[in-house]
Amino acid sequence: MSAAPEITDDERAELRRHGILLTSVEELYNWGRSNSVWPLQFGLACCAIEMIAASMARFDIARFGSEVFRPSPRQADLLIVSGTVTKKMAPQVVRLWNQMAEPKYCIAMGACAISGGPFKRGYNVLKGIDRFVPVDIYIPGCPPRPEALLHGLIELQKKIRGQKISGPDAPRHLRSDINCDFPVPEFGEHDLVPPKNPSVWQPPEAVRKG
Amino acid sequence: MESLEQLCCRLLARFPGAQVSVVPNPGAAAQHSVLLDPAHARAIAEFLRDDEALALDFCSNVTGVDWPDKTVVEVTKASVPDPAGGPAKVTEQKKERLEPGYLEVVYHLYSVKLRHGPLVVRMRTENRTDRVSLPSLTPVWRAAEFQEREVFDLYGAVFQGHPDLRRILMWDGFKDHPMRKDYVEPEDNEWEPTPHGDLLAKVKLQQAAPAAAAPSGAAGGTKS
Repeated sequence: MSAAPEITDDERAELRRHGILLTSVEELYNWGRSNSVWPLQFGLACCAIEMIAASMARFDIARFGSEVFRPSPRQADLLIVSGTVTKKMAPQVVRLWNQMAEPKYCIAMGACAISGGPFKRGYNVLKGIDRFVPVDIYIPGCPPRPEALLHGLIELQKKIRGQKISGPDAPRHLRSDINCDFPVPEFGEHDLVPPKNPSVWQPPEAVRKG
Repeated sequence: MESLEQLCCRLLARFPGAQVSVVPNPGAAAQHSVLLDPAHARAIAEFLRDDEALALDFCSNVTGVDWPDKTVVEVTKASVPDPAGGPAKVTEQKKERLEPGYLEVVYHLYSVKLRHGPLVVRMRTENRTDRVSLPSLTPVWRAAEFQEREVFDLYGAVFQGHPDLRRILMWDGFKDHPMRKDYVEPEDNEWEPTPHGDLLAKVKLQQAAPAAAAPSGAAGGTKS
């Protein structure tokens, strides 16, 4: 696990053909949990309809091990933010995220969850859930088709399989130097207080020509 | 249903002292409305509901309108006769007058019983700041309850006699009224990839301020 592998992947594949299975704890662990990503049963807007469609027979998210939509955040691994997050709803979404046990992942589904979407200039819509919650996968679309959600889930599985369980590249819950606190914003007089979590999100530098 | 002028005459006869007038709609829809004064609005509303010829038993819609203060320029022309016998001199006098704004609440009433409507009824507050109370028509039409709460939330009109006047869309500690014309949005639009319109002007203003601090070539203007 800690030492460099002395057998290359090619050699391992060769051994596997001869009926000898060699693996590592990390690989086995990631293989297992990447194929049982249980989402939180939680929808916000029209994207949730596409999420429901993805879970039903035609698109069948069960093929990827994610059919168990958990009604409790304590049992869920994945928060699919499927729809517009209003400022009034944002503290509840962050609270759900905090109640989920690590390791946990977040998919921002659709234009609204990514940036506020068509409602971005409105007074009541959060301009992207990534201001408060670290987002792993962004799925654009308005709403994204179920195939897009499945694609996002497959990308998330790839990401999980690539995670280390020790060392400096380990995810945040296995490290002591990263703050895993996601403070719940409060209702202020004019806006949410604070309007964003700076440790999670900083406005990107806009590079413009001319 | 009778015409609005006939209705106004009946209301004036029934409620002496009430101020009722027809607000014409100059548009193609020509959906004229009746303006009620807040002091008599509650009694008139009950009359509209209970009168047998009207029987407006269904309040389908309650809306708010914000009319901000506006300056009106009045031009008066005066012609001064020329003593020499030439053509009269026309002088124009411009006078600016501040017309105070008000909040307006619009009710759309229908009769399910007699199958007519809508009758559009309006009420206006005295101004937009401190004298914004209006009588609630929720005791007359229960359907108005949530919509009056919405008007209270988004425009700030206070309905006297409402059974449960709280904000309905924004949270309780919220102080502003977002649908008013002079509402200022919170500064939370730090990141806009393709600003345009008034947002572009704002971004340029922000860019102008921290220009010295920003690295050359990269304009970090959308950063707050």
